[in-house]
Amino acid sequence: MAEQIVCREATLGYENMTVAQGLDFTVSEGDYLCILGENGSGKSTLIKTILGLKPVDAGSIDWVGLTPKEIGYLPQQTLVQRDFPASVREIVLSGCLSKTGLRPFYGSELKALAKENMERLGIAELSKRCYRELSGGQQQRVLLARALCAASKVLLLDEPVTGLDPKAQNDLYELIKGLNAGGITIIMVSHDVNAAVRYASHILHIGHHKQLFFGSKEAYLNSRIGKSFLITENGDEGEGVDEPVKAKKEQSDARAILAPVAAAAGAAAAGALISGFINTGRKRKCQR
Amino acid sequence: MSEMIDKLSFYFSYPFVRYALIVGLLIALCSSLLGVTLVLKRFSFIGDGLSHVAFGAMSLAAVLPVIIKEIAAGVSASGEVPDGVRRFADMIADANNNIIVLPITLLAAILLLRPGKNAKIKGDAAVAMISVGSLAIGYMLMNRFPTSSNISGDVCSTLFGSTSILTLKEDDVRLCLIMAIAVILIFILFYNKIFAVTFDESFSKATGIKADGYNLLIAVVTALIIVLAMNLVGSLLISALIIFPSLSAMRVFKSFRSVIICSAVVSVICAGVGIIASILMSTPVGSTIVTADIIVFALFCITGKILKRS
Repeated sequence: MAEQIVCREATLGYENMTVAQGLDFTVSEGDYLCILGENGSGKSTLIKTILGLKPVDAGSIDWVGLTPKEIGYLPQQTLVQRDFPASVREIVLSGCLSKTGLRPFYGSELKALAKENMERLGIAELSKRCYRELSGGQQQRVLLARALCAASKVLLLDEPVTGLDPKAQNDLYELIKGLNAGGITIIMVSHDVNAAVRYASHILHIGHHKQLFFGSKEAYLNSRIGKSFLITENGDEGEGVDEPVKAKKEQSDARAILAPVAAAAGAAAAGALISGFINTGRKRKCQR
Repeated sequence: MSEMIDKLSFYFSYPFVRYALIVGLLIALCSSLLGVTLVLKRFSFIGDGLSHVAFGAMSLAAVLPVIIKEIAAGVSASGEVPDGVRRFADMIADANNNIIVLPITLLAAILLLRPGKNAKIKGDAAVAMISVGSLAIGYMLMNRFPTSSNISGDVCSTLFGSTSILTLKEDDVRLCLIMAIAVILIFILFYNKIFAVTFDESFSKATGIKADGYNLLIAVVTALIIVLAMNLVGSLLISALIIFPSLSAMRVFKSFRSVIICSAVVSVICAGVGIIASILMSTPVGSTIVTADIIVFALFCITGKILKRS
């Protein structure tokens, strides 16, 4: 397996503030890497730095045999997009833009590519619909179809399942799994540890300001941090109570792991509540 | 009714009136094209800021010959203006104001929309600062170095457009024509890129598209449009010409292309109706066009609501 992305002792930052340092990992062709970590640990920053949207503060992140034109990216939705007047087809087609080169318009082969990707994600019949009127899951599929138009080798996903219901989440995960099986390297940021260990081949766990774990999924499941993270996430109290006692010697580590989990869970709950409100609001509008 | 037609046919028997109408329609078309992008990128206010900069630049262009003569008179021993300097100042006075206004507005546009938002003073604050600043300096210059006895008339026509489109000089018409064609060509050629950069800048950057370059292009074209439209509606009303048609179109239409086409059509029709109405009712051109835009916006709002219900 050829290496595609090599990250060596990288330090990431935000306007003179360091968010994460000492990141050290490699991604090879066909890998499925899941990046885990608390809110604010720099997961999204890492994705942006890999994409070259932000500079690396120290160390290096290198692409081997890759150009930006072979990469697809599923960003978190921005505010602007929520009320953007654009049809599904226009958005998916814009993913092909890097392939047009100097031509000002899309050729028929790119239109065919866009159509193929819409069919792949089951949104072909929505192609004339307006993006802002779709459900959260459909919108996510549209953005994923656009990312697929751009991606031929690597696909980066930034919390792709945020705001989706469990069924839509599962569908999306299965879809990404299928893409990975088709030979596309996947790098995904996620809060969802269970999905990560189910689907990923490799795990990168970022803690407060540093890298806590990088390795294969199997190694992660056997590691101390992997176990404790999984237990607290799944709310298994029997063992969860034991864990902090065992970890007393490395209190700082334990704090680093547990506090964020609580924070993440709280934030997720609040987020779910809010998005629930928004969704019901939307539904009401639609019914009218 | 026949009186109105008589009046119109009287006006349109002059070729320069016909040219003025054509230029007005072209300006309206251009300003509506980028309006959608500016509104969606949350840049509507930048159009307003740039138009104030254009006002400052316009005043500067108007008073520059006077300033040059005064300085020359102060420097020379006899207290009289040397012949060469006088000729130079007259040359500037005769030249088209746009030669000075365009570069200054372009510079301001690039500064405001510059890629990499590392500036200490950000976004709206920077826009407010630059626009109010150039408004103040422009007004001060016009008062300190008056070019005619009717200062408030001059200021008013720079702010709200010439009271009649008929005062457009032939030079203005030609320049407007060239710039309008350039804007339309640029927009058509870069349509897909402008869409991608408007919808999702970071995705475009990540997939190897030079988003910063296209942002700069948008800034430059915006500045061009503002300088163009200043002749028609004056600097205070330009943003109305830019944002109203696109906001109207967005109420009803749902794909990017249909929104753009609709806003172009709305803008051209409003401009045409506005110009003709201004001739008939002897109202100022700029405010009449904007009033037409407002009425259409209200109609589209209602249509949008009705379409949503059904």
